[in-house]
Amino acid sequence: MEHTQRRPAGVVSAPSRLLDGLQRWLPKLVIAPTFVLIGIGIYGYMLWTGVLSFTSSSFLPTYDFVGFDQYAKLMANDRWLTASKNLAIFGGLFIFACLFIGVVLAIFLDQRIRQEGAIRTIYLYPMALSMIVTGTVWKWILNPSLGLEKLMHDWGWTSFSFDWLVNSDLAIYTIVMAAVWQASGFVMALFLAGLRGVDSSIIRAARVDGASLPLIYWKIILPSLRPVFFSAVMVLAHIAIKSFDLVMAMTAGGPGYSTDLPAVFMYAHTFTRGQMGLGSASAMLMLGAILALIVPYLYSELREKRHD
Amino acid sequence: MTDVTRPGLRPSRIAIYGLLILACLVYLVPLFIMLVTSFKTPMDIRTGNLVALPTEWTTIGWTKAWSQACTGVQCDGISGYFWNSFKMTVPAVMISTLLGAFNGYVLAKWKFRGSDLLFGLLLFGCFVPFQVVLLPMAATLGQLGLANTTPGLVLVHVIYGVAFTTLFFRNYYVAIPDALIKAARLDGAGFFTIFFRILLPMSTPIFMVSLIWQFTQIWNDFLFGVVFASGDSQPITVALNNLVNTSTGVKEYNVDMAAAMIAALPTLVVYIVAGKYFIRGLTAGSVKG
Repeated sequence: MEHTQRRPAGVVSAPSRLLDGLQRWLPKLVIAPTFVLIGIGIYGYMLWTGVLSFTSSSFLPTYDFVGFDQYAKLMANDRWLTASKNLAIFGGLFIFACLFIGVVLAIFLDQRIRQEGAIRTIYLYPMALSMIVTGTVWKWILNPSLGLEKLMHDWGWTSFSFDWLVNSDLAIYTIVMAAVWQASGFVMALFLAGLRGVDSSIIRAARVDGASLPLIYWKIILPSLRPVFFSAVMVLAHIAIKSFDLVMAMTAGGPGYSTDLPAVFMYAHTFTRGQMGLGSASAMLMLGAILALIVPYLYSELREKRHD
Repeated sequence: MTDVTRPGLRPSRIAIYGLLILACLVYLVPLFIMLVTSFKTPMDIRTGNLVALPTEWTTIGWTKAWSQACTGVQCDGISGYFWNSFKMTVPAVMISTLLGAFNGYVLAKWKFRGSDLLFGLLLFGCFVPFQVVLLPMAATLGQLGLANTTPGLVLVHVIYGVAFTTLFFRNYYVAIPDALIKAARLDGAGFFTIFFRILLPMSTPIFMVSLIWQFTQIWNDFLFGVVFASGDSQPITVALNNLVNTSTGVKEYNVDMAAAMIAALPTLVVYIVAGKYFIRGLTAGSVKG
């Protein structure tokens, strides 16, 4: 960095021409390592996994190609179907609950609340925790004998029973609870930032016209926050599709495989059950799901920017 | 829009505060339960309930979690894994942030043909589900002799973190006027001089965002830890999961909760000290531009 400074202005010698050339290449040189890493680590590996999904790889990668066999097997696999169904339940409820709670809390917090900063900090701290920590705590809270059930019994509600964590039909909902607890504050923060950006003169005008505050929120403010809705749904759907830690910590996919999610299925088949081909196929389908979400989103984002 | 609430709506104000405080309780209670349980005796846990304070406060859960608890086959607590996480997190955070700063600088201020395409590829890289890279990465780490090592984990976290850090810095530097850079170039300042003399001094906030975001992400990671590390090199999240989900012997919930607290403390402390930057990182990661 020093040499360019010492060079007297206006004097162009051979070595400085060389330096000029270097200057031109420097940005590319600086960014090159990252693009090698990303090129291999993301795009190369994505292709590699794609290739593996068309092979009969079991415990080790092999390269005898079997076409779409693994995908066909996947579609006929009970466990995969359960995992996909669970993702729909988990993702749907998780996104809906986070949005609802996040919007309500953001609107309420936007009413000139004392100690707003402290309250915001409390709502958002779960985002700083590892999903494994969250899962550990919620597993303890929902413990069928010593947890919530015992608390209710101690408080006099003796018929209260809560065994969702070990009930194969209901366990997936306990995962939703923990996930909503962790991520809803984040949605609140997104919407609060959005609300702060709303032009207050519009609201004042509507008030003058006699509109009630709830009506103003419902008819004017929330519709104007559509981009925030999209961003929040994107991020939440992304979290849902990738969800792995929370399930591992709370139920490890159980009872049986009733709380399997695609990410858990992929991990189990690829790394513990020796079905790499099948695991790779499931990973590719996860990628497909994300692409179906992301591509239209990025496309509209970039188009909007160009119009600005 | 803060000036639209009329004074004198007392009942609705009470309802608003009531709901906000109730929500505070919902968010805080799990932390409270985790803390009080960690200070209880096993006896206390069986006889008391979730939110009851310990009849006898004890740190036995904490000492046991730190140095004696069984994580799988080994029984020397989670202290070793706690330090593993530090040894993995600190270099990975430093390297990925530094790389991100330079990349962001290039992508914002030294555009060249194809640099926008590169940025697009990077942006997309933020969204790829890691499941599609796990298997090839495991094979590569094996080939490099880095399987089940902390340097291997550092490498993985750098590769998959640099897309985010580049995004942070690029978006930050884009907002800095080009005229500033052009003037410096006319004065003969080169690539690095401009970065170190002009941009770096005004980059503290974005460095904070990147450092904190990366620290939280990498410390809390479980997927890479469980796939690419085993035994002695495992990070704390994997050890915690092993501790909580081993089925041997009597379950000691005070130890589980103390271990969870230990795993949570570094990121919690960072959040309390520098929450402002953490929130900026969160929102920057979702609302780009």
